Amino acid sequence: MLELKNLHAEVEGEGIEILKGVNLKVNKGEIHAIMGPNGSGKSTLAKVIAGHPEYEVTGGDIIYKGESILEMDPDERAHAGVFLAFQYPVEVPGVTNTTLLRESYNTIAASRGREELDPLEFDDYIREKLDLVEMNPDFLERSVNTGFSGGEKKRNEIFQMAVLQPTLSLLDETDSGLDIDALRIVSEGINKLHGEEDAVVLITHYQRLLNYIVPDYVHVMLGGRIVKSGGKELAFELEEKGYDWLESLAKVNGEAK
Amino acid sequence: MSETKALESMIGEEYKYGFTTDVEYEDFPKGINEDVVRLISEKKNEPEWMTEFRLKAYRAWTEMEEPSWFNATYEKPKFDTLQFYSAPKNKPKLNSLDEVDPNIRETYEKLGIPLDEQKMLAGVAVDAVFDSVSIFTTFKEKLAEAGVIFCSISEAVQDYPELVKKYMGSVVPVRDNFYAALNSAVFSDGSFCYVPKDTICPMELSTYFRINNMNSGQFERTLIIAEENSHVSYLEGCTAPMFDEHQLHAAVVELVALDNAEIKYSTIQNWYSGDEEGRGGIYNFVTKRGACRGKNSKISWTQLETGSAVTLKYPSVILQGDNSVGEFFSVAVTNKRQQADTGTKMIHIGKNTKSTIISKGISAGRSDNSYRGQVKISKKADNARNYSQCDSMLIGQTCGAHTFPYIESANPTGKIEHEATTSRVGEDQIFYLQQRGISEDDAISLIVNGFCKEVLKELPMEFAVEANKLLGIKLEGSVG
Ligand SMILES: Nc1ncnc2c1ncn2[C@@H]1O[C@H](COP(=O)(O)OP(=O)(O)O)[C@@H](O)[C@H]1O
Ligand SMILES: [Mg+2]
Repeated sequence: MLELKNLHAEVEGEGIEILKGVNLKVNKGEIHAIMGPNGSGKSTLAKVIAGHPEYEVTGGDIIYKGESILEMDPDERAHAGVFLAFQYPVEVPGVTNTTLLRESYNTIAASRGREELDPLEFDDYIREKLDLVEMNPDFLERSVNTGFSGGEKKRNEIFQMAVLQPTLSLLDETDSGLDIDALRIVSEGINKLHGEEDAVVLITHYQRLLNYIVPDYVHVMLGGRIVKSGGKELAFELEEKGYDWLESLAKVNGEAK
Repeated sequence: MSETKALESMIGEEYKYGFTTDVEYEDFPKGINEDVVRLISEKKNEPEWMTEFRLKAYRAWTEMEEPSWFNATYEKPKFDTLQFYSAPKNKPKLNSLDEVDPNIRETYEKLGIPLDEQKMLAGVAVDAVFDSVSIFTTFKEKLAEAGVIFCSISEAVQDYPELVKKYMGSVVPVRDNFYAALNSAVFSDGSFCYVPKDTICPMELSTYFRINNMNSGQFERTLIIAEENSHVSYLEGCTAPMFDEHQLHAAVVELVALDNAEIKYSTIQNWYSGDEEGRGGIYNFVTKRGACRGKNSKISWTQLETGSAVTLKYPSVILQGDNSVGEFFSVAVTNKRQQADTGTKMIHIGKNTKSTIISKGISAGRSDNSYRGQVKISKKADNARNYSQCDSMLIGQTCGAHTFPYIESANPTGKIEHEATTSRVGEDQIFYLQQRGISEDDAISLIVNGFCKEVLKELPMEFAVEANKLLGIKLEGSVG
């Protein structure tokens, strides 16, 4: 599904390298968790995979469904099934959630040669998805993320994921801002959406999310690299020991490259 | 023809209205003096009082100076080489469509405004103004049944002189300003509409303005009168060919609403705006003003200004009648090297008068976009209220947005609220939408439409969808 090969990326035009050789392989049907302290490059990694123009890939490759996607625009990557639930979802005043989602859904459907839905069919379709994350239908007619609380924004991201049915979901700190009930509901939603044909990459720095969504693999990111990978036990180890014990590992790895 | 088609055609992709039509024009001297003014009046076979009106205006104009207080710089029009009147040769008094010059007819077909009633939008009557003259007005009979007069201003001068005499110049006096004075001297044609007492105009009225002649200015004059308890909705659309030279468009529009009457005036202005380097494009210097003369009357201006090289335009309302209401809803988009200085004036005179101003300015490219608005509450206007909201949106780093609100209140019971915001379409906003599968151009269009929503919903329904499209097209490729 996704393979990152020694991926290097820097801030466009500024020469600040943030990703310093990331290697990762995600197969379909799998859930991966990427953990790591603030500033280690987790969000940058997600945005680079999704094609954010702020970053330039200076080395390595991103292979998705067997092909390099480096040359693809962000919207083309979305058409191919890449979805990013943002750590900081953006407000779009005056554009309702429904308008955005219908436009998104139909554009993606068209790019895959699927039928577009007319407004009535679409309405039925999204109401079903609302239930999945227990979101109030009032949000459909509200402007995208505008005036939403932190938790509402996060829930809205997962609602969008439910509507768009991506094959690779990158969920960036979806848990932060959610209270304990919301966390449970949203996690259950994600579990229901995940199946044999898609993959999920969870970015988080708390172990608590992983009580609800059980990952197949856990990776630790530090200083723009994945310094350690393991099974779900690794998350508990991190919870216990913090990230410090890995710092030395990061240095050794860094010098070795 | 679908209902939205007409507007689609007014809008076009990458300026598809830039073509010219081959027509033979009547000979007419260039430049301006009293003889030229008399000649225009003579050509139009006008009564003495009309000639006098023009001459008075001309004399006033010669004593006035071209204004320069606005936020725009441009090369002044050369009045001595400009042609002030331009009429296609084959223009007898037209009684049937068959008499319209086939080339001109085709022009309107191409613009998506067929003059053939069978092919027209149901429910929309059109007056087609080509350069200086009104070519044809549709659905006249149907409107006449309801008692509504809709014809060219030239015809009105001949057929309804009392009405024209009474109202023309009563809202915009001949010496009002430089370009209004000039218009009053040389105006060639335009639309006239009279809605009698207790009448709701049965259809949407519209005028379609087309500038074709490269060397002529367009000076049209519109007069709309709504008698007691009447209602009318009117829409104008404008396009012009692409020339390297600038063309001058200096119109005057006057609206009069009597007791309980309502006039809704919408504009979709898509004159040619010039190229990337600022070559060519229309100078759009117009005076538009409405008088709410009667109590409980209402005048509403809605404008979508997307074209022209330079726009100076302040559709205003004089709120004379008690409880009268004035509204101004505006979207002004500038791109490339366009300059727009636009806004409104709300002059509160009657008691309990109320005005609302919603202005959305969008600047992209290397353009400059200014909102300039005046709210004035006079001494007698007890309990007057105004709410103004002026929002600017910037796309890219090389454009400018400015807001100049002027507030004057001579009555302590008045209430004025003003809000202003400036935002920038950010890379993050576009990326967010692109991540949801939407292309960059569509993302910008969506963001801009969201920004303008409150104004766009004021446009007549038939035109709203296409107005959205126009915005998208105007801003295509403006990022990155
Ligand atoms: N556009 C940018 N310009 C400058 N520095 C950036 C930019 N984007 C990210 N960074 C820096 O890169 C590092 C990684 O950021 P980020 O990927 O957001 O970390 P995380 O999500 O792991 O907390 C941080 O030090 C951050 O300040
Ligand atoms: Mg982050």
